[in-house]
Amino acid sequence: MSTPTESPHSAAPADAQAPPRGEPVSGRADAVAGKPPGMAATVAALLRKELLVEPRTLESVPGMSLFALTTFVVFHFALNRNSVDGDLAAGILWVTLLFAAILGVNRLFVADADQGGFDGFLLAPVDRGAMLVAKALALLAYLVVLELVAVPAFALLLLGPSLPNALPSLFGVLALGDVGVAAIGTLVAALAVRTRARDLLGPLLALPLLVPIVIGGARATSPLFATHATAPAARWLLTLGLYDLVFGLIAYALFDFLLED
Amino acid sequence: MYGKGLRALSISTVAVMAIALSLVFFYAPLDAEQGFLQKIFYVHVPLAIVALCGFVAGAIMAIAHLRTRDPRWDMRSYVAIHMSLIFGVGTLITGSIWAKGSWGHWWVWSEPTLVSFLIVFLLYATYQPLRFAIEDPERQARYASVFAITAGAFVPMNFIAVRLSTAYLHPRVLGSTSNLPGPMALTFAVSLLGIALLYTTLCRYELTAKHTRAQLRDLRRRLSGETVDTQTRRPRSAAPTLHPTATHPTAMHPTATMTARAVGRPGA
Repeated sequence: MSTPTESPHSAAPADAQAPPRGEPVSGRADAVAGKPPGMAATVAALLRKELLVEPRTLESVPGMSLFALTTFVVFHFALNRNSVDGDLAAGILWVTLLFAAILGVNRLFVADADQGGFDGFLLAPVDRGAMLVAKALALLAYLVVLELVAVPAFALLLLGPSLPNALPSLFGVLALGDVGVAAIGTLVAALAVRTRARDLLGPLLALPLLVPIVIGGARATSPLFATHATAPAARWLLTLGLYDLVFGLIAYALFDFLLED
Repeated sequence: MYGKGLRALSISTVAVMAIALSLVFFYAPLDAEQGFLQKIFYVHVPLAIVALCGFVAGAIMAIAHLRTRDPRWDMRSYVAIHMSLIFGVGTLITGSIWAKGSWGHWWVWSEPTLVSFLIVFLLYATYQPLRFAIEDPERQARYASVFAITAGAFVPMNFIAVRLSTAYLHPRVLGSTSNLPGPMALTFAVSLLGIALLYTTLCRYELTAKHTRAQLRDLRRRLSGETVDTQTRRPRSAAPTLHPTATHPTAMHPTATMTARAVGRPGA
């Protein structure tokens, strides 16, 4: 996984630009007619490319999931505890998810930067914001898959109180957190990927920006993991939602400037 | 152009700082609970306010840079953030001293303003490494502006989030200026003005120094008859470099790089 072969990547942009006959990318007909494809069509094409590349290269999601599992084991030994609940459980879950997400953020644009994906995209007569939306949706999908693995594993390995009661609320909190991580992560990944120290700068830039999401997420989750579970306070969900909205808009407004050369 | 009015600004800064310090030590009454220790409030809080305003000002200048593509705006944004970082270090140190004096600990997690400030500071601490890691000056400026705007918007959001997380846990002591008695409020206002003037003066000095250095380098280059553009031999740096030609941003790039190539080729 850490030594990906050349072929899946080099096939990927070609795959997006010239799809095999029989399954044309939506919007291609418009382009042939001389009209650039719309935003939705571009996003759909780019997202399709992402979701094709990831299963072929298995570059992000398996690593993120495995990292989360290993981190739970590390927490077990570091804390010397067999089960956790309340604040501690919420903190462990969010820190683990956050660091696993950073692994995905670091790899998000690497193939595009190293193998000409950006150049190909810039040649196309489409809105550049489409790449942000597509990458953020792809990252969101990776995070959902990560949580489908990590949350049951967390319940199995570390969590004291039973999970099923908390599951619907937990789903909502995680979804709100994921949207923010996806928006900020994509912007930061684009900012860091073409610098010399990208593996270092990505996490350094992302972690402070994600602190409010950890605050909101962990505070909203801790009553769910308490021995007598209660609903999360509305103000945390509101904070998360507001933060997602503001940084989603900021990322969309600024992304164009990162893709000029 | 940059040096104009710098002397008057420096003198007024020194004067206001002197007035502020004398007010702090001779005019403002001793605090009933904290006594002499409370005097650090007149340094710590203005430093924090000015540093945060400087971060936001850096973001606004970065917006101007992205809109106009004028490298001078990038330079101003860089200087504003650079100086705010230095003021930020001052804020954290004075805040820590105050916390040790009044609560007996160097760091207090239940004080939301201090914690938010640390997070903001940690984010801005990556500004220089980010610039340093990008070699192309134009891209460095553009990426730095994107970062400055994101971080500028993060400042208020972060304060709201951290404030929410610690609300009702701890009585608000630091930074509450609403119910200050008259003499204290006056002293605080003069201190704030003094620190703000200090910030402005230091920023102007840094801008002037950078501008003068660029002019000097240009003159020296012309004197020695070199035609190689300095940009091609620019040492790696986090700080943006102004070129005298940069005052006409549209005119500089094509010709500059062409001469550089034309000269560089026969030698190689």
